[in-house]
Amino acid sequence: MTAMVKAEGVHKSFGPVEVLKGIDLEVNTGEVFCLIGPSGSGKSTFLRCINHLEKINAGRLYVDGELVGYRQKGDKLYEMKDSEVAVKRRDIGMVFQRFNLFPHMTALENIIEAPVQVKGVSKAQARERAGQLLERVGLADKAGTYPSQLSGGQQQRVAIARALAMDPKLMLFDEPTSALDPELVGDVLDVMRDLAESGMTMIVVTHEMGFAREVGDSLVFMDGGVVVESGHPRDVLTDPQHERTKSFLSKVL
Amino acid sequence: MTVDVNKTDGPADPTPPAGPEAIKAIPVRHPWRYVSAVIALALLGAVVYAFAQGEINWGAIPDYFFDDRIIDGVLKTLLLTVLSMVIGIAGGVLLAVMRLSKNPVTSSIAWFYIWFFRGTPVLVQLFVWFNLGLVFEYINLGPIYKDYWSSFMTPLLTALLGLGLNEAAYMAEICRAGLLSVDEGQTEASHALGMSHTKTLRRIVIPQAMRVIVPPTGNEVINMLKTTSLVSAVQFFDLFKEAQDIGQNAGSTVEMYFLAAAWYLIMTSVLSVGQYYIERYYARGSSRTLPDTPFQKIKANMLSLTNRPAAGGGA
Ligand SMILES: Nc1ncnc2c1ncn2[C@@H]1O[C@H](COP(=O)(O)OP(=O)(O)OP(=O)(O)O)[C@@H](O)[C@H]1O
Ligand SMILES: [Mg+2]
Repeated sequence: MTAMVKAEGVHKSFGPVEVLKGIDLEVNTGEVFCLIGPSGSGKSTFLRCINHLEKINAGRLYVDGELVGYRQKGDKLYEMKDSEVAVKRRDIGMVFQRFNLFPHMTALENIIEAPVQVKGVSKAQARERAGQLLERVGLADKAGTYPSQLSGGQQQRVAIARALAMDPKLMLFDEPTSALDPELVGDVLDVMRDLAESGMTMIVVTHEMGFAREVGDSLVFMDGGVVVESGHPRDVLTDPQHERTKSFLSKVL
Repeated sequence: MTVDVNKTDGPADPTPPAGPEAIKAIPVRHPWRYVSAVIALALLGAVVYAFAQGEINWGAIPDYFFDDRIIDGVLKTLLLTVLSMVIGIAGGVLLAVMRLSKNPVTSSIAWFYIWFFRGTPVLVQLFVWFNLGLVFEYINLGPIYKDYWSSFMTPLLTALLGLGLNEAAYMAEICRAGLLSVDEGQTEASHALGMSHTKTLRRIVIPQAMRVIVPPTGNEVINMLKTTSLVSAVQFFDLFKEAQDIGQNAGSTVEMYFLAAAWYLIMTSVLSVGQYYIERYYARGSSRTLPDTPFQKIKANMLSLTNRPAAGGGA
């Protein structure tokens, strides 16, 4: 198996505050990789580093074998231009806790926006594809609806469809169900489960331990900017080795 | 959450039970509405009477209302308003983006521009443009164009530069507020999809910023329409200048001021209605129902004055 994402000693600081203090991990292609940890432990920050929404300060981060945000020539690193970073981001889908759908566009327009604007796909083709994606997330009848007229769960499913429309090879989920009413969580998790079964490589920051145990292939527990424990979700969740993992799990389970 | 009223549980009933009887109550009386209306009408009548008594030759107004020169002035005023606002809005968007950019050079330039043009009266700016010939004798654009400054700087160009560049400074602040009002998550989502800075700005941020930008811009347009009257000072024949000239020649100065005021009122009223529809357009997707059109609003107001509930149950 090849590594889709590889982190070696990744550090990230905001001013004087060091948020990531040397993260080492590997995400295999086709794997569902769950990231758990207490609030403020740096989970979102790490996810944002992967598609270079944040710049790392030290270490190396590779996606699909290529450095994120930099080019290496000899032993020198060159920062990529914004336009080059943008090209890399096409292959990485991201789903946010607060959906971040474009409110001035209908569900369908949200989905076709990036394929048309970025990849130059024809509108007709993009529309057809968007229709299929909406059907896949169970919202075939909501194509012409604006986000404000959708429930949270529906919005999040449109957001997933929007990310999928770019045919990413990696999907990042940052607490995709945390902002949802409990009865809406299931629909979103179903879509994610379906996506996992189709073989998508997924990194999922989540508090849904049931989902992690059932769908996840690997799980990492982060605290204070470091990886405390990692392994198969079943093992970590049922038989944690570290005190910090134990106390965190006892609070959320 | 919706409540299903027609829920049928238990043994099926062939006829659904009739709903509760509709309320027929005597509505609350609003006597003060009538009293205040009467007082307002009385005051209005007094003012009209006073003016009618005064030594004003009202007949001169209809005589000149559609005079060729007045119509020409009206068109020039409109043209100047539109062109100045185009310069102002384009410049304002550019300055706002510059001001918010990470590049310290561009953001300082924008800051300086806004500081200068907002800090000096527009009338002074107009005179400066008009008299710039004292500084630059010629305008020389190499092989393309070369002329004396005084013949290059026509009244129209002076007026456009004076009003447009000044407006850009104000529009810049309005646009900046608009751009800042858009949630950062929008930019982030757009970047995460691989959209460039420019595309993100054009397709995602600016359309959403418009909701915040349009209402004050409408005010700016109306303000601009009135401010154009200053350009008579640099020999531009707008509505005000034409009215003033006719007034002086025909010995009916005050009458022509009234005439000009009436025309300005007509134009600003039309603009206000236009503004309303533009706001409605940019409100799409932001709320579950579109706001009423002015006509729907007027209708609703009339109905509420007569104490009947507004049609459509809009409360
Ligand atoms: N742009 C920023 N500037 C300064 N500090 C930041 C910034 N973004 C995050 N932080 C800080 O970094 C730390 C980690 O934040 P992060 O959002 O990665 O945590 P998290 O693990 O995702 O937490 P949560 O579960 O609450 O989402 C927090 O202490 C936060 O205050
Ligand atoms: Mg987070």
